[in-house]
Amino acid sequence: MSGFSLLEFIQQIINGLTLGSIYALIAIGYTMVYGIIGMINFAHGEIYMIGAYVGLLVITALGLFGVGNISAILLVTLAISILVTGSYGWTVERLAYRPLRGSPRLVPLISAIGVSIFLQNYVQLGQGARDVSMQPVLTGGWRFGPADGFQVYLSYMQVLIAVVTVAFMTGLTLFIARSRMGRACRACSEDRAMANLLGIDTDRVIALTFVLGATLAAVAGVLVSMYYGLVNPFIGFIAGLKAFTAAVLGGIGSIPGAMLGGVVLGLAESFASAYLQTEYKDVVAFALLILVLLVRPTGLLGRPDVEKV
Amino acid sequence: MMLKLENVHTFYGQIEALKGVSLDVHPGEIVTLIGANGAGKSTLLMTICGSPHASKGAVLFEGQDITRKPTHVIMQCGLALVPEGRRIFPGLTVQENLQMGGFFADKARLDTDLERVFALFPRLKERRNQRGGTLSGGEQQMLAIGRGLMSRPNLLLLDEPSLGLAPIIIAQIFQILKEIREEGVTIFLVEQNAHRALQLADRGYVLENGRIVLADTGANLLANDQVRKAYLGG
Ligand SMILES: Nc1ncnc2c1ncn2[C@@H]1O[C@H](COP(=O)(O)OP(=O)(O)OP(=O)(O)O)[C@@H](O)[C@H]1O
Ligand SMILES: [Mg+2]
Repeated sequence: MSGFSLLEFIQQIINGLTLGSIYALIAIGYTMVYGIIGMINFAHGEIYMIGAYVGLLVITALGLFGVGNISAILLVTLAISILVTGSYGWTVERLAYRPLRGSPRLVPLISAIGVSIFLQNYVQLGQGARDVSMQPVLTGGWRFGPADGFQVYLSYMQVLIAVVTVAFMTGLTLFIARSRMGRACRACSEDRAMANLLGIDTDRVIALTFVLGATLAAVAGVLVSMYYGLVNPFIGFIAGLKAFTAAVLGGIGSIPGAMLGGVVLGLAESFASAYLQTEYKDVVAFALLILVLLVRPTGLLGRPDVEKV
Repeated sequence: MMLKLENVHTFYGQIEALKGVSLDVHPGEIVTLIGANGAGKSTLLMTICGSPHASKGAVLFEGQDITRKPTHVIMQCGLALVPEGRRIFPGLTVQENLQMGGFFADKARLDTDLERVFALFPRLKERRNQRGGTLSGGEQQMLAIGRGLMSRPNLLLLDEPSLGLAPIIIAQIFQILKEIREEGVTIFLVEQNAHRALQLADRGYVLENGRIVLADTGANLLANDQVRKAYLGG
């Protein structure tokens, strides 16, 4: 059998899109915060990790109460995780970044790393430094292909991830494009001081940006905990790094860029682990990043004019 | 009194850009401030907006002390700034730029005010769905003025609206400033184009090195020898 059959190729696309959806959801938080305050929020991976924990705990609790309906589980879990994770996002900005506004850029960056370490240890203290797992709530899927050869497997969970991701991204895109606060977000990321001179409380817009980023990270967290049924306090580190890579790949500051970057990265990793070796998957991610930055320093969809001081 | 500055001092770190400026603007007036590059004209306008704040002295707007208020609070008090370099939002459409100016208006008022600005600047109406960054310099200046008007200010602060524009566009802009005043908006205009500014203005101030050195009616300043030598090219 050739290792490059069409069906295997399709399988890698499915896997890549699943992974890419998660990266893209997290990447949006990096790109939006960078767009508005020119800072890499290194604690964002941990915000996602908290979202995943809340997701897993809520699903487990719902299981104890005998809730079995998948849409009920999904809606309640998303709502609670978004609420809790959004509050963490808001609090982190309020306590760790806002007091440092106007200081040299290295200062909030160090604060971000501090927050990241703090949150990791805080969850370790509360939940233990080990894997927490649960029974999968959505199993099964579709198989396509010959009975005696390679079959493409598309799980219900993968479809759910795609649907939820597309729904939230559409929601965010519409909010940013059409709503009054969305317009203020765009104006602030183009010229924050000018927005301030129009009477806009830019601190509130920044806070909103953190909450929006945390919301999408919570969605990613819930989906991941449902997909793998497993979380630990360290999942935020590598996922954060990957999502950050996706954001830079797509052009940091650009929301469509983060979406595209996430998908490209997910696909690249999926193909790398299938056609090379699983161990090469991370290498490919970062090699891709270096390549794009060499050829196109602003990222795939980045605008050269988004130069921050 | 619309606007009153009392002995205002402003610093950038160690540099004292305003060294005790006092001036006032009455309701319905057009007052201009002229001065050479680096005299502190923009600093004066920005100090009124609280960005940076005055470190000494007081800024009163319609009798209210706004010296220490945060910028976004000041800008909701009834004054608007058309800043140096226009600073429109390049990625937002013309209409969105205007909507940002009217951020605190409800939907009905926003629509009324949009039409009002479009009536003043028909070119903006034609280009309402175009990105701000794609406009010509003159159109961008019109957009910046329109954006300032969207908050229905009592006082409009303008920082060198004629900078870098062709004479014919400058004439248009000064004509529009007149119309805006006739609608009841008080105007405080910073200009390097001293000739036109003094012709338009009821009164003027001359700023030199962070200090007001002359204050008189527009006509008198136009006729003043010192002003003619320094700002009107003899
Ligand atoms: N952000 C800043 N930091 C430090 N110094 C500044 C800053 N802005 C202005 N200055 C200094 O303050 C003084 C006044 O500057 P300002 O921009 O107010 O002058 P201006 O009269 O508006 O000049 P122009 O006609 O060139 O616009 C100048 O010496 C300038 O170098
Ligand atoms: Mg200036």
